[in-house]
Amino acid sequence: MPNATNIPEQTRVSWPIVFSVSLAGLRRRFARAMITMAGVVLAIAFLCYMLVNESVIRALIAEGSDELNVLLQNANVDIFSGGKTDAMTLLLISLTLLTSLVGIINAMLMAVSERVKEIGTLKCLGATDQFVVRAYFVESTIQGVCGSMIGLLVGLIVAVGVSFKTYGLYTFSTFPVSGVLTSLLMSLGAGAALSVTAAIIPAYMAARKQPVEALRVEE
Amino acid sequence: MGDVMVSCKGVKKTFVMGKESVHALRGVSVDIIRGEYVSIMGPSGSGKSTLFNMIGGLDTPTDGGVEVDGCRLADLNSSQLAWFRCRKIGFIFQSFNLIPTMSALENVTIPRIFAGHPPAKAKADATRVLERVGLGHRLDHLPSQVSGGQQQRIAIARALVNEPLIILADEPTGNLDLHTGKEIIDLLNDMKQNLGVTIITATHDMKMLSCSDKIIRIEDGSVKSVDTQASVKVKVGSIDGETVM
Ligand SMILES: Nc1ncnc2c1ncn2[C@@H]1O[C@H](COP(=O)(O)OP(=O)(O)OP(=O)(O)O)[C@@H](O)[C@H]1O
Ligand SMILES: [Mg+2]
Repeated sequence: MPNATNIPEQTRVSWPIVFSVSLAGLRRRFARAMITMAGVVLAIAFLCYMLVNESVIRALIAEGSDELNVLLQNANVDIFSGGKTDAMTLLLISLTLLTSLVGIINAMLMAVSERVKEIGTLKCLGATDQFVVRAYFVESTIQGVCGSMIGLLVGLIVAVGVSFKTYGLYTFSTFPVSGVLTSLLMSLGAGAALSVTAAIIPAYMAARKQPVEALRVEE
Repeated sequence: MGDVMVSCKGVKKTFVMGKESVHALRGVSVDIIRGEYVSIMGPSGSGKSTLFNMIGGLDTPTDGGVEVDGCRLADLNSSQLAWFRCRKIGFIFQSFNLIPTMSALENVTIPRIFAGHPPAKAKADATRVLERVGLGHRLDHLPSQVSGGQQQRIAIARALVNEPLIILADEPTGNLDLHTGKEIIDLLNDMKQNLGVTIITATHDMKMLSCSDKIIRIEDGSVKSVDTQASVKVKVGSIDGETVM
């Protein structure tokens, strides 16, 4: 006769399966996912633009050609600071990142409260708290990482485009490949950290929803 | 008589809301036998859904205990409860509760995945059960793309895919018209006859009584009467799907 000791713990669902479940959900809620991502795209685009711009300008200053210095001065660049980003800009970047963090958390919390019944149903079907945590964590992280990638691309293109408009071919002749790569990596890292951090709270809120919610009928 | 599948002993449930407390169940003791088709009837607010939650391990009694298949639910932790719900209970809901972003096939596959089966096998099993409920031609449709009756069939397939001991159906025909509701009841009855699964339904619906082996009437949180097949026959007489008492 079964008793508590011979009922085993529920089987774990592996990460790849969690991933494919979350991805399928995101695909079918594509418009919604795009809106959630928009905040990350903008924040990371801004960050990436700033970082790439800084390293491009530095390379231009380092070139030291007279014609370039005139262009730089016309563009109001303080040659003697070496093109370093000032404190005000850093603050602005931080605020943008923070806003986008709050944005993802908000969007994911809304997704969780909209899907209380869905979470309850999954738990009736045998989902563990761990599965729910993982599913929402993955969903939020996918959106964050995709958003960061797009933001990265946008920021890079805008930074290079603006530089080309002002400094012409100098942009490419002095192009600081390793500096720009570092900027891209830093932006990607910031985006990933942002989305993973934003995923934590909503994922745990989701797991706390109870299966009884599935039976509650609301019109 | 077969063995006892569900045993409720003095189950009480009190919801405390501020100063007020609602006595949803006031000491319910019933036994449900393996392979029985049981209907729980009672007016709105009588405590049917609350009792269902106890049997399905979704909520814990304030007092008393529930044993399912000889196992005391109160002794299980949340992961064991998930294991138990996954393999022993098939839930069917009034509003179907299909996952809207998943196709019919994916909806039926997911409990199989939770039970630890590899995706390919889970899919094959789900396909077979969907064919069994007559939806082999709707595998890739989303819930929003099929009718209410078909949605409930998908839900039945989902409830059956892990071969549970018990189907718990809280007003499974509540959102369906008379005719479609009858089809769903026939399908449940067919599952009982052919798979030997124990079926427990809550309903206000008289047409659900015709295939019940046992009718438990609940009023205000207490069991008013338990009628078995023989006495049911006498009381309901020849009521069919279209007649309302
Ligand atoms: N979570 C809760 N908190 C407070 N009271 C509750 C809760 N759930 C149920 N109740 C109360 O318990 C009583 C029984 O409710 P229950 O949902 O079990 O009735 P029911 O028989 O299923 O009714 P219906 O036929 O309308 O579905 C009701 O008075 C209800 O208001
Ligand atoms: Mg109810």
